[in-house]
Amino acid sequence: MKGFLEGSRAVAEVIKLVKPGVISAYPITPQTHIVEELARMVANGELPAQFINVESEHSAVSVCLGAVATGVRAYTATSSQGLIYMSEVLFNIAGMRLPLVLTCANRALSAPINIWNDHQDSISVRDTGWIQLYAEDIQEVVDLQIIAYRLAEDKALMLPVMVCMDGFILTHGIENVDIPNQEQVDRFLPFYKPLYKLDPDEPLTMGLLADPDYYLETRFALQETLKEALSLIPKITQEFAKVFSRQYPGLIEEYKTKDAERVIVAMGSVCSTIKEVVDELRAKGKKVGLLKIITFRPFPAKEIYDALKNVPKVAVLDRALSLGSFAPLAAEIRAVFFGKNKKPKLISSFIAGLGGRDITVDSIKEIFRLLTTKEKTAEFIDLKPELLKEKIDV
Amino acid sequence: MSKPLFFPGHTACAGCGQSLAARLVIEAAGPNTIVVNNTGCLEVFSTYYPLTAWGVPFVHSLFENAAAVASGVEAALTYLGKKDKVNVIAQGGDGGTADIGLQALSGMWERGHDVLYVCYDNEAYMNTGVQRSGLTPFNSDTTTSPVGTQSMGNLRPKKPMPEIAVAHAISYVATASVGFLQDLQRKIKKAFSLKGPKYIQVHAPCPLGWRHEPRQTIEVGRLAVETGLYPLIEYEFGKLTGVRKIQPKPVEEYLRLQGRFRHLLNNPQAIKQIQEIADNNIDRYGLKIQL
Repeated sequence: MKGFLEGSRAVAEVIKLVKPGVISAYPITPQTHIVEELARMVANGELPAQFINVESEHSAVSVCLGAVATGVRAYTATSSQGLIYMSEVLFNIAGMRLPLVLTCANRALSAPINIWNDHQDSISVRDTGWIQLYAEDIQEVVDLQIIAYRLAEDKALMLPVMVCMDGFILTHGIENVDIPNQEQVDRFLPFYKPLYKLDPDEPLTMGLLADPDYYLETRFALQETLKEALSLIPKITQEFAKVFSRQYPGLIEEYKTKDAERVIVAMGSVCSTIKEVVDELRAKGKKVGLLKIITFRPFPAKEIYDALKNVPKVAVLDRALSLGSFAPLAAEIRAVFFGKNKKPKLISSFIAGLGGRDITVDSIKEIFRLLTTKEKTAEFIDLKPELLKEKIDV
Repeated sequence: MSKPLFFPGHTACAGCGQSLAARLVIEAAGPNTIVVNNTGCLEVFSTYYPLTAWGVPFVHSLFENAAAVASGVEAALTYLGKKDKVNVIAQGGDGGTADIGLQALSGMWERGHDVLYVCYDNEAYMNTGVQRSGLTPFNSDTTTSPVGTQSMGNLRPKKPMPEIAVAHAISYVATASVGFLQDLQRKIKKAFSLKGPKYIQVHAPCPLGWRHEPRQTIEVGRLAVETGLYPLIEYEFGKLTGVRKIQPKPVEEYLRLQGRFRHLLNNPQAIKQIQEIADNNIDRYGLKIQL
């Protein structure tokens, strides 16, 4: 089915094809359209799932935990404060090795309260043990949702996956989207057969207390499994391409980086804007490019190294920040090159688009312009000087 | 003999009321039961990796979310068409139930999940070292409601959890006690004969936290009921259907066995205040046997 669809509606359509047995969610802007659509499908008998309306995000994701522990595929979606409220449970789900899939409609964090897009929410839960995939456009969100379930439920992984889509830009944006058919999805994503589940016929205990004699190894196992995911993700996206005829590199996407002298590294929907600027500057003979990070957790350090090692100047665009420190993505990109012989002469770090401030073509051009010989660290783009005066005239 | 549903050899303290109650609860529920447990003493002493005391499927997630996780378990069983064959129990201590877990529990009740929630009420946060909870009794001495020159202990009476449960219009609400074990098992079976959400609050003496002899667990449990301080009551669909009648004993008999109330013993006014709580219960629920 191909047609113009709102991002949230497209996500709901693809989740229907994935056939979760339990869906649980709590409303938060801009996630609402996704779960409203799923509720409608359940109410009309189009989707034979249990739809559980809960009293908080903490319970939404806990309901999903219980469902997956009982051997049933589950789904939830949230955003911003909701994701942060879930964060305690997110750690727990990864530690219990339960393959839940969650859509995060990326939104800023309070205070001040702000419903618009940035990546502070999902970046803040990057250490929970969840795989994090960032989508550039609505088609990619749709496809990553299917890939996410396949990945999460792979017997070698058994880990939760978070699909991140920019709030409003992708959740409320409308694009021409190809929604796969049921036969394709069933072929790629078989019926969920859990490795372990709560079953009176074979009783087992989940969520035990591990003392210092055992805890360290459980975290080591998580870390090792996440590393293994780095080789599994490209394999799964290749299989995806065979069934759905759409090719995803999986970990990172290199856009005109081969001979580039200046490259911006970014995640999410801003990559489309960057591609436009790259094309425009390339037409003028400027050797520029984009490195899009799709998989942020696990962090594809080797692939990033290979993609950027011959690029003289790199700009990292963070749509989040680690208050009081370096920008999160930039810090990790710099860490990739620490102690390496081949590396960019300069890796500058820029912060833009927080709280839904538009990152325009001009913002991107400004970043390329600022990519001179002086390295920038967590440099804010598009600040309004008139709002930074000591006394503001309102 | 069939395989135990709750094995011995766990690491509970001597005289632990909760371990005794938990074993009898799961034995009454039977092998076709999935248990979801909040963080607390019970989870810690029964699932110390690589060992488990549980002969039924058991999952522990966090301190406050057992009711939500159990909702998910129940929804999954419903989806699989297995709900009629499997019981779901969510359980936790008084802190995990009445304080940090109350929101999730209220949600589970309101949504009408077919789950029995069992609260093991030992009247304080015992797992972390006897801090007061919303179910700590009035003027009880705990590490965060210590008796001092300006304090007689816990400032407020117990949060009325059974009433809060009844207000949710659920199918069954009962209190029970480690002092009356057959009554506890009868109530568990009764609960599972009814569909929808159920709540049973079990008074579970804690020798360490209450500071009584481990051998006195049953006696202390019985006295709480027999003084009227812990009335054993049952509600079906909001209606009071069962009350355990007593020949009321003075509350001092209960208080004097426990270190947490020692500071009250030579204070007639303080004892009178506790007696009033018991008398109110006796009056309200008609606890007294009429001869």
